[in-house]
Amino acid sequence: MGVIIERLSYFQYPFVRYALIVGVLVALSASLLGVPLVLKRYSFIGDGLSHVAFGAIAIATVLNLSNNLLLVAPVTILFAVLLLRIGQNAKIKGDAAIAMLAVGSLAVGYLLMNAFSVSSNLSGDVCTTLFGSTSILTLDRFDVYLCLWMSAAVLVLFLLFYNKIFAVTFDEDFARATGIRANFYNLLIAVVTAVIIVLAMKLVGSLLISALVVFPALTAMRIFTSFKSVMICAAFVAVSCAALGMLAAIVAGTPVGATIVTANIAAFGVFSLLGLLFRKKA
Amino acid sequence: MPLLTCQSLSLGYEGKTIIENLSFSVNSGDYLYIIGENGSGKSTLFKTVLRLIPPVSGRVITGDGLSDREIGYLPQQTMVQRDFPASVSEIVLSGCLNRCGIRPFYSKREREIAHLNMKKLGICDLAKRSYRELSGGQQQRVLLARALCATKKLLMLDEPAAGLDPKGKADLYQFIERLNSEDGITIIMISHDIEPAAKYASHILHIGGGGPLFFGTKKDYGASGLWKIYGCREGGDISWA
Ligand SMILES: Nc1ncnc2c1ncn2[C@@H]1O[C@H](COP(=O)(O)OP(=O)(O)O)[C@@H](O)[C@H]1O
Ligand SMILES: [Mg+2]
Repeated sequence: MGVIIERLSYFQYPFVRYALIVGVLVALSASLLGVPLVLKRYSFIGDGLSHVAFGAIAIATVLNLSNNLLLVAPVTILFAVLLLRIGQNAKIKGDAAIAMLAVGSLAVGYLLMNAFSVSSNLSGDVCTTLFGSTSILTLDRFDVYLCLWMSAAVLVLFLLFYNKIFAVTFDEDFARATGIRANFYNLLIAVVTAVIIVLAMKLVGSLLISALVVFPALTAMRIFTSFKSVMICAAFVAVSCAALGMLAAIVAGTPVGATIVTANIAAFGVFSLLGLLFRKKA
Repeated sequence: MPLLTCQSLSLGYEGKTIIENLSFSVNSGDYLYIIGENGSGKSTLFKTVLRLIPPVSGRVITGDGLSDREIGYLPQQTMVQRDFPASVSEIVLSGCLNRCGIRPFYSKREREIAHLNMKKLGICDLAKRSYRELSGGQQQRVLLARALCATKKLLMLDEPAAGLDPKGKADLYQFIERLNSEDGITIIMISHDIEPAAKYASHILHIGGGGPLFFGTKKDYGASGLWKIYGCREGGDISWA
């Protein structure tokens, strides 16, 4: 009991509250993006990118960069564009190429960290990169503000391009036939995915980030059948799961990323059940 | 000047040519019917005309005040769309996007246009329904309403009646005929049904063997007898007058 009260007292620090806000915002952005990604069968981009980001972090660590985002963000964005190209090209076996790239980045990243790292706590470093901060308190101030601004930018982009994103997601050929620059929006989606993955990595780690992208969308689709309602529900699910997950993580002292993802799995289970009941009645 | 002209057009994917040396033009008010076996390249022709894929050689020219972004397109149904969460009104409204330009949201006028076209197709009561729960015929009407939102001049319909029952087909062809004769919308349609071609079309383009087999008026096509290789279960009593 005493431990819990002590942990609850963390909330008196404004910094912890900021971290909570950031977590929620990142989860929100990831979930919005998740809807078109899942519907366009592009979720592989999120998955592939998270592995690439791990490799990039490893390189940044080895190079001993003061701020690794400066390397990780451009590299991840570059690979987002590349993965999109691979995914659209029917000639190359897309999924196999992406699997190779993903596993390759993981292996090389781990190898580099092992061979060159100066850190005294190597396995701790690797674990944090893969599964996220064990405690929310390890986020630094720069990360918090960066996340805040980037999430805000993603939300604004989504509002501005909502109708176009719907059109390009539902029927790319029709959208292009009526003059919508579909390639631009596909690129936008890929780049924003890269940005969100880089941001969310601190929170949930590279292996769990796809969950933030994919779960809320799939959860919402269990019940809702219009694009707008799926978007709204996914956002709602993501925000609730992130908030609950982080609170639970702080109170119970569990790892943040894993707790949020577990909350998402629970939500998916509940919505699936509700969906089944719904459908049977209808 | 014709609405649409294809000049010695060759088309295909990534250098692999499917149709060679195709030339035809469509004037305002025409009803062009495109016939050809599966895999002969009809859908690819549509995609080339709509500039979704580049031509291997030759040119597609739009004229008579038609901008290449105001063509109403009804794609051939693909399986990918079928489990998509989208309501009927969301889909129809997305046909108005080419009117929006950089404006992020739909105007009142565009919502009106979408509503009018839903009314025209008798799908107003479906507006809030989910697209994936509709019957094939209802889905086609939704996509047709969307195409109508995108154009006042030219509709390109890729096998709009595929998978419909005979009554559904007849209704759809009649509706398309009215769009042509009453609203003055030019129609280019791909279909495997030969009787509506004889009944409604003004021109026929028959594609086969990697090129055009015939392009001309319905009457000449009837005289050519080419249609007999198609379903002639009627024993040739189709009137092409
Ligand atoms: N995306 C594509 N890439 C490469 N070849 C394609 C593609 N789509 C269709 N084809 C090929 O082009 C040919 C013509 O296809 P299509 O235009 O769909 O025929 P139709 O509509 O007349 O049935 C077919 O042989 C098909 O296999
Ligand atoms: Mg076809």
